[in-house]
Amino acid sequence: MLVVLFTVLCGLALPLGITGLAGLVVPVQAGGSLVLRDGQPVGSSLIGQSFARPDYFQTRPSATSAPDPKDSSKTVPLPYNAANSSASNLAPTAKALIDRVKAQIGTGTAPEGGYAQDQMTSSGSGLDPDISPENAAQQVARVAAARKIDPARLRALIDEHRQPALLGLFGGARVNVLELNLALDRMK
Amino acid sequence: MTALGVAQIVLLLAVVVGCAIPLGAFIAAVLSGRRTFLSPVLGPVERGLFRLSGIDPAHGMGWRTYTVALLVITAVHTLLLYAILRLQFYLPFNPQGFTGMSPRLAFNTAISFATNTNWQAYSGETTLSNGAQMLGLTVHNFVSAAVGISAAAAVSRAFSPASKGVLGNAWADITRIVLYVLLPISLLMTAALLALGAPQTLLGSVTVTTLEGVKQVISIGPVAFQEAIKILGTNGGGFFNANSAHPFENPGILSDLIENWALLLIPFSMPVMFGLLAGRARDGMALLATMALLLTGFALLLYAAEAGGNPLLHALGVSNLGGNMEGKEVRFGTALSSLFAASTTATSTGAVIAAHDSLMPLGGLVTLFLIQLGEVIPGGVGSGLYGIVVFALLAVFVAGLMVGRTPEYLGKKIQAKEVKLAMLAVLILPLSILGGTALSLNTASGLGSLANAGPHGLSEMLYAWTSATGNNGSAFAGLSADTPLLDYGLAIAMILGRFAFLVPVMAIAGSLSLKQSLRPGAGTFPTDGALFVGLLAGVILILGGLQYLPALSLGPLAEHFAMLAHATY
Repeated sequence: MLVVLFTVLCGLALPLGITGLAGLVVPVQAGGSLVLRDGQPVGSSLIGQSFARPDYFQTRPSATSAPDPKDSSKTVPLPYNAANSSASNLAPTAKALIDRVKAQIGTGTAPEGGYAQDQMTSSGSGLDPDISPENAAQQVARVAAARKIDPARLRALIDEHRQPALLGLFGGARVNVLELNLALDRMK
Repeated sequence: MTALGVAQIVLLLAVVVGCAIPLGAFIAAVLSGRRTFLSPVLGPVERGLFRLSGIDPAHGMGWRTYTVALLVITAVHTLLLYAILRLQFYLPFNPQGFTGMSPRLAFNTAISFATNTNWQAYSGETTLSNGAQMLGLTVHNFVSAAVGISAAAAVSRAFSPASKGVLGNAWADITRIVLYVLLPISLLMTAALLALGAPQTLLGSVTVTTLEGVKQVISIGPVAFQEAIKILGTNGGGFFNANSAHPFENPGILSDLIENWALLLIPFSMPVMFGLLAGRARDGMALLATMALLLTGFALLLYAAEAGGNPLLHALGVSNLGGNMEGKEVRFGTALSSLFAASTTATSTGAVIAAHDSLMPLGGLVTLFLIQLGEVIPGGVGSGLYGIVVFALLAVFVAGLMVGRTPEYLGKKIQAKEVKLAMLAVLILPLSILGGTALSLNTASGLGSLANAGPHGLSEMLYAWTSATGNNGSAFAGLSADTPLLDYGLAIAMILGRFAFLVPVMAIAGSLSLKQSLRPGAGTFPTDGALFVGLLAGVILILGGLQYLPALSLGPLAEHFAMLAHATY
């Protein structure tokens, strides 16, 4: 009897009640914090998306995958697949990790102080919406060249979108890439 | 390691302990049937539930009846969850049209939630409907947590001079814990998480078109409420595969602080409740101090390992600033990620905000070791308390051997029967962890599950058996866990870790509750001071930890030294 009562209370009445209430009080958050442009959803401010074009700031490497359309028992890499969150789960000593970073660096030369740590590593969810301010700064030259924009304006834009650590203490400073790129598209 | 990072860890732990003390007193009052500030609201609901299910809270149970009650409610819920997982296709709220889980995976998942392990052999967003998440997993998160706290309350009462063989009423305890403790706090947490961005909807997914014109399908669902109880009840089974690293489960820094606080809150309140129910408040505080000191030390150790960064990547020209970020989220950084990793393994929660498989070798070692210590600093809700009481009995036994007197704890004589039962409970864990790891690494199926080669592969398998036996549920998640060997094997390990530990402990409680309470004499070893805290910490580290040293040397330690020599696998 207790089992039935708990199931009805905790499994049905409360979740549904909260869902209804949430939809009324905090509809944006309850629906996934969608970001609209011209009335169309272009993403969620909490969920990262893949940026491959040189004229956008790029998100971190992502280890998410999707079922292989040719053979459903296998998977193929699909970065920022928000229907299947996952991490690389590579050990610090994994050859696959070292090879991945080598491939990403390619023939480039390291910036002063080295590549930003988060630029070369994949996140725990594979959906990290943020990059560190250092990572963003290291992408300024590429984006500026692709957009034929003064790099100083881009640096100002990054500063504007920089979210500091909580109370200056907890967590990391970061820049939300989707919001940064939306602002970039709005720039004249 | 920066001063700022250390400050984040120490401050949050201090706040947790500060809140846990009044909460422990509140839980003790609720379980004693006393009036609290919530009684005017919840009292009628409580009496209604009692009447509907025919519970008489005044009817006390002996240890056998109490234990059987805990086993029965667990068994019924396990069967119900198994049915829900298999039949989710026929249940409402299945917008993605997921079919039923395979029998093997459903068996593993049902056991896993019933034992408060919440091992994720399943992947939430690709196999489970919203209906199964709410009706199955969310309900279990409440009940398995309440079962743990009830057991802890029963053990606490055994030490009270007034107990005389009666340990309380299991049904009343479970109901009161859900009603007065788990529901109110998880509702407050749900509200906070909702405001901070965790979704709560009956949709299965939304589709957007990204700035580069690609369709992105975003899984979504009734996340916020489940996340709250998953953390609060030290359950840890995520709505999403990536668990609390997923931005919908843990959207920002503040939500992370709340979740980390909540997963430690009830475990740290348990020793306070123990002291009050046993009538020895100061002894409860000594247990609390032991837990807090050990956890702070291990959390800082883990942070030190992560903050240094990966030397192999540094050699390629990657900055070490910020530490090892593989498998971590930018918003959390290494300090909060390390604190969460230590908290989740020390409490048997098993939720993660970073990929434990990608922790530095020594960081991974700390997470493994924290589970192997027996989940007692502070351990899962309830289970941590009865675990540390076992260690306390062994500590006074060791002290008794040194001075040649019959040991007592809280006025109860500890004799051969109790020590034998305590050792039985403590020895089940290494048998299952080391035996299971050795067994599965000697099969082709076990080796085929490994994602990483070299010593890290051994760590992956060791972590799986450690996590299942310790009822933790976190993983070195590269491991392919949905195989016949691991689905069945780990399910058995979870049952052993939960009930082969719980039943001897309840037997100890039954035996102690029948004994006379002695007045402390000149030869009584005081169990409420700094000396006892030191002794207990030593017993936990040596007795709980030493037996795993060979396995840890072959896994994480070997990997650490290989890494320093720039070896890769």
